[in-house]
Amino acid sequence: MPSFVENWLKSAALEVQEYVRLVVAAMRGVVSRPIYRHDIIEQLDVIGSGSLTVVLLTGLFTGMAITAQSGLTLDQFGARAVVGRLVGASMIKELGPVLTALMLTGRIGSGIAAELGSMMVTDQINALRALGTDPIRKLVVPRMIAGFLMTPVLTVISDFVGITGGWIVSRFQLQVNTGLYWSSVRDGLYLQDVYGMGLVKPFVFGFIIVTVACHVGMRTSGGTAGVGKATTVAVVASSVLVIAADFFLNQILLTLLY
Amino acid sequence: MADGTTAEMNAVSDMIAAQVFAEPGAPVLVFDHVGLAFDEKVVLRDVSFTLLKGHTKIILGASGSGKSTSLKIITGLLKADAGVVWVNGRRVDQLTEREMMAVRADLGLIFQEGALFDSLTVRENVGYKLYEESDMPIADVDRRVEEVLGFVGMLDHIDKMPSALSGGQRRRVAIARAMAFKPRILLYDEATTGLDPITALTVNDEIIKLRDLEGVSSIIVTHQLRDAFYVATHSATREPDGAVRIVRATSEKEREAEFVMLKEGLIVFEGDADALRRTTDPYIQSFLS
Repeated sequence: MPSFVENWLKSAALEVQEYVRLVVAAMRGVVSRPIYRHDIIEQLDVIGSGSLTVVLLTGLFTGMAITAQSGLTLDQFGARAVVGRLVGASMIKELGPVLTALMLTGRIGSGIAAELGSMMVTDQINALRALGTDPIRKLVVPRMIAGFLMTPVLTVISDFVGITGGWIVSRFQLQVNTGLYWSSVRDGLYLQDVYGMGLVKPFVFGFIIVTVACHVGMRTSGGTAGVGKATTVAVVASSVLVIAADFFLNQILLTLLY
Repeated sequence: MADGTTAEMNAVSDMIAAQVFAEPGAPVLVFDHVGLAFDEKVVLRDVSFTLLKGHTKIILGASGSGKSTSLKIITGLLKADAGVVWVNGRRVDQLTEREMMAVRADLGLIFQEGALFDSLTVRENVGYKLYEESDMPIADVDRRVEEVLGFVGMLDHIDKMPSALSGGQRRRVAIARAMAFKPRILLYDEATTGLDPITALTVNDEIIKLRDLEGVSSIIVTHQLRDAFYVATHSATREPDGAVRIVRATSEKEREAEFVMLKEGLIVFEGDADALRRTTDPYIQSFLS
């Protein structure tokens, strides 16, 4: 009789295998016909424009909060004037990409898992196949492309809004000169920070969020309870993977770029 | 050279197949010793039956007896562990998902709960395959969608979302969606389960009309005996004024509808409505009573 550990390992291996199969099939769908262009445009709008509010608010308040906190800490060293360095570097290298990804996991990842999951349990995915449509090309590929392209765009917006929020706090609460704040932001960043840490990470995070959500959604079973479970699994798995990927990407990028 | 010879042979065999399957009574669907199990649970054991062109096969059985699974194997949504499945002269049990797409062009499947796409309107649902997967001009697709919705009496609901429809209306839209691209074989998975008798009768009439007026071969999976017998014993005729009437079928027509009863994945009965009524098998008797 197989032990609990053996069963767990088997099911984990199966999940990884199915995830890889889905990703490979989706990659193939990106470079071969048929391509459902209007679905891609629709998803770019849903994932991009649809997530703008949450990303703007998260970025703004995060930037303001870390500026207020950093101001207090820097005061201990009489270094309040360089608060912009800390805010800029934190937002662009870490907080912008990771917090945007976590927000997108909650908004996009859960939505995709719930949508595909309910399509799965109501036989709509089978109906697509019976009508001659490959569900991976129709449902997964547009979401994967949109998630991959829009996450970096949203991250850049979040970074900018966060740094602007930092400026508001540093100007009106910490009484730091505007010119000093912005030059401090610029001085605190290397070019590698912007294109390496700031832009490579969101591409990877966007890919993880959407592919994990699609994988979980497409493997949903067990009726409406199964849809709820799939949504939770998608959010938890994506969040953990985003944070883990952040650590490993940091290590890789630090080695390669600096 | 070899490629040319193979292409010629394929063209000849396609031509012969087309001639064979144009004949009335051609075997459009063959299920040959098919078996399927999920882990320890055996769903189908050595199941064989043949659907002839323009005929109806009614698969009866209790829940979990393997009825819906048979339809999923025919459409390639599930793969059988054993046996051979032929659709329109093409062996489908070994085809890849991509190859199966061509076979599905001639198969319409009506799912248990309709499985309408809930983000699309009735028009978009019915015309889905033609809008998305064909080169047909939009105006022609619209015309075809209106034609089939008129056929099932749902034209007034063309711009509604599926959530605004009743259960019976959803089934009729599902039938319209399956027939929109003119498949020659329609597979009904519990098309009347859960419907009130009057709505079920409307759906049954659509099934009869499709079979008798459009020449569609059908497999009906159900455990609703009343509906099964109704479809088997009635036929549709078109009056000179164009009106369609559902009348009692002739005994010859009745024999074109054959019942298959499944019990725990095994066929326990195969025959027409008359033979089913006369059977003395205790299990079937208990099912009929």
